[in-house]
Amino acid sequence: MKTYFLPSIRITIVLIVLCAGLYPLLVAAVGKLTPGGGDGVAVTVNGKVVGYANVGQKFTKDKYFNSRPSAADYKADASAGSNKGPTNPDYLKDVEKRIDTFLVHNPGVKRADIPAELVTASGSGLDPDLSPAGAKIQAARIARVRGLAVDKVLALVDAHTQKPLWGLFGPEKVNVLQLNVALDEVKP
Amino acid sequence: MNTAYAGTIFMYVATVALAIPLGRYIAKVFKGEKTWFDFIAPLERLIFRLSGIDTKKEMNWKQHLIALLSINVLWLFYAFFCLMFQNHLPLNPDGNPGQTPDLAFNTAISFITNTNLQDYSGESGATYYTQLFVFTFLHFVSAATGIAAMMVVFKAMKDKVTDKLGNFWDFFVKSITRILLPISFVVAIILAFNGTPTSYKGKDTYISMQGDTVHVSRGPAAGMIAIKQVGTNGGGWYGANSAHPLENPNYLTNIVENISIILIPIALVFALGFYLDKKKLAWVIFGVMTLGFMIAVFPSINAEVGGNPAIAHLGISQPGGSMEGKEVRFGAAASAYWGVCTTVTSNGSVNAMHDSMMPVSGIAQMFDMMINAFYGGVGVGYLNFYIFIIIAVFISGLMVGRTPEFMGRKIEAREMKIASLVALLHPFMILVSTAIASYVLVHFPNINWAEKPSAWLNNPSFHGFSEMLYQFTSSSANNGSGYEGLGDNSIFWNVSAGLVMIISRFLPIIGPVAIAGILANKKFVPESAGTLKTDTGTFGVMIFAVIIIIAALSFFPSLALGPIAEHFSFK
Repeated sequence: MKTYFLPSIRITIVLIVLCAGLYPLLVAAVGKLTPGGGDGVAVTVNGKVVGYANVGQKFTKDKYFNSRPSAADYKADASAGSNKGPTNPDYLKDVEKRIDTFLVHNPGVKRADIPAELVTASGSGLDPDLSPAGAKIQAARIARVRGLAVDKVLALVDAHTQKPLWGLFGPEKVNVLQLNVALDEVKP
Repeated sequence: MNTAYAGTIFMYVATVALAIPLGRYIAKVFKGEKTWFDFIAPLERLIFRLSGIDTKKEMNWKQHLIALLSINVLWLFYAFFCLMFQNHLPLNPDGNPGQTPDLAFNTAISFITNTNLQDYSGESGATYYTQLFVFTFLHFVSAATGIAAMMVVFKAMKDKVTDKLGNFWDFFVKSITRILLPISFVVAIILAFNGTPTSYKGKDTYISMQGDTVHVSRGPAAGMIAIKQVGTNGGGWYGANSAHPLENPNYLTNIVENISIILIPIALVFALGFYLDKKKLAWVIFGVMTLGFMIAVFPSINAEVGGNPAIAHLGISQPGGSMEGKEVRFGAAASAYWGVCTTVTSNGSVNAMHDSMMPVSGIAQMFDMMINAFYGGVGVGYLNFYIFIIIAVFISGLMVGRTPEFMGRKIEAREMKIASLVALLHPFMILVSTAIASYVLVHFPNINWAEKPSAWLNNPSFHGFSEMLYQFTSSSANNGSGYEGLGDNSIFWNVSAGLVMIISRFLPIIGPVAIAGILANKKFVPESAGTLKTDTGTFGVMIFAVIIIIAALSFFPSLALGPIAEHFSFK
């Protein structure tokens, strides 16, 4: 036993120092050079932090582009998905309710045009994005509430649409927080 | 939508393109040939000197296994006590509590076995100390354990008759210093530059634009996330794993993380070819594995992109496919692709919630884990595949009336007994434990436990059964992904899954190493006209057939009760 346990203990200590001590410290040192300095990338308005660029937050008011439903209620220290199965009847009732609510807040929108992402919960509960279609379908409501021209709101969505990676890979998306920050700056 | 498909194709092609040179490099490392990474040698010598280890002493297969098991036992105790008393240890800026004994038992086993089933949530159930000094550490050493065990088998497959199979500590340390650490560091830096936190600061608090007070969990996550992917571990920093926008901030990081999931498992197949100078055999193995992978990938992507028929019934549009449990920045195609990558390997990290995926994806993911050898976990994937090779050699030998031989060694009763036991262990663990759980649920739904069985499931009917089947499949495959709706942080699940994980980790390591060790000691029979060739397409088909028959016979009935039944219940 001694031939195996003693070296086991010693090499464990050495590797803890290397893999759990030095390696993360080295990454943290390089992290200082990154945007946000390794603390996460904050978004500020008038010098006040209003959120983190990558972390979705709750937008439910009519004057803002609403973010997706969240099983975690956008608590950024308790990420979670709904884990509802695709055939669960209670879940399908919840989705039906969200559709009805959306139609009440967005009169004139056809049911068949509502993209599923607006009535289904994300994986993390902190999805920071919408698809361009998911943002644009809210444009008429926002224009009405804020007294803006619909075209102006649509143009804002286009300006904030991020193309696929290198123009080639993955979906298009719009960061909801940055879009809403920009929206607050638009004058009627 | 085309860019979504292009993204998945790019990920696969890039992985294979990187895996071939990496495989050549890994073979050189373990042959002791010169590589451009030799400057690390002084660090390795320092590690061995501090540990009092002489790497020149070669070990036989039994000594290898004793070394492997003793150090793993040590880690089990270390992890268990750290987790229980993490509230008394340093680096706990968020003031999180210690884990309960059953949870610590499950979590400790989960991380030493490379499974990383997480019945806790990273933001509230662990501290920075346990995230780094337990989880990150175990991410490295559990992966290195797998590679070291595989190296023993590689070495035993050489044509020299010997019982000297290299030094365990040498394989183990070099796996870390020359493979896992350098690749992880590169991945960690890419993550850091895309927004994953690296600093040791605790939660931040801000007031949102709508006036809500929000706490944001952070922490030195990038390094841990990198090795979680590279070492096919899968245990993430945050509760939502790689669906979390700080753990996987954008499509680029998604590509990098997804490549990391299957890179080393594929590279090790090529490493076998370079190491033994049997490149054709490596291509046959790669071909069989890739066929199995593709059979799972296409239906899953098709189902997720096609959307949920039950949602379509509600009359809305699904331009992005099924979006419940998925993130907009990845989309349905990349989520389905990841789901298959993470289950064919024993990774188990997720970028979308599997519990909410289509039943077809559920079939693909569970079937991948039930086979557990299409690419597979680092090191152990090949060990599982090795068992199937031995069985295939034996069966084809019987079919054509030749003595079963593999790599110039006769396969006899003793080896076949071990191989059969290991092949049967996996279905035994999954099916028996799922049956027990189902029995308890049906007959004692309101028994006087802290968590009543009636509260276990998050979904009714077939999908509820799938939640239990998935949990034990994932545990036995040492995968670690889950149908997270299951109330798994309760004594029944913590303990039962813990036992399944530890048995299904170590017996399938012991078995192949023993077989290889016994074979290496046998007389070498040079290839003749009477030898059944193992590096041909025909033999590849044979292995594939053996795998499918064993898995289909064992698992089809249980899948029929879960995801298959759910699929046919769509109206």
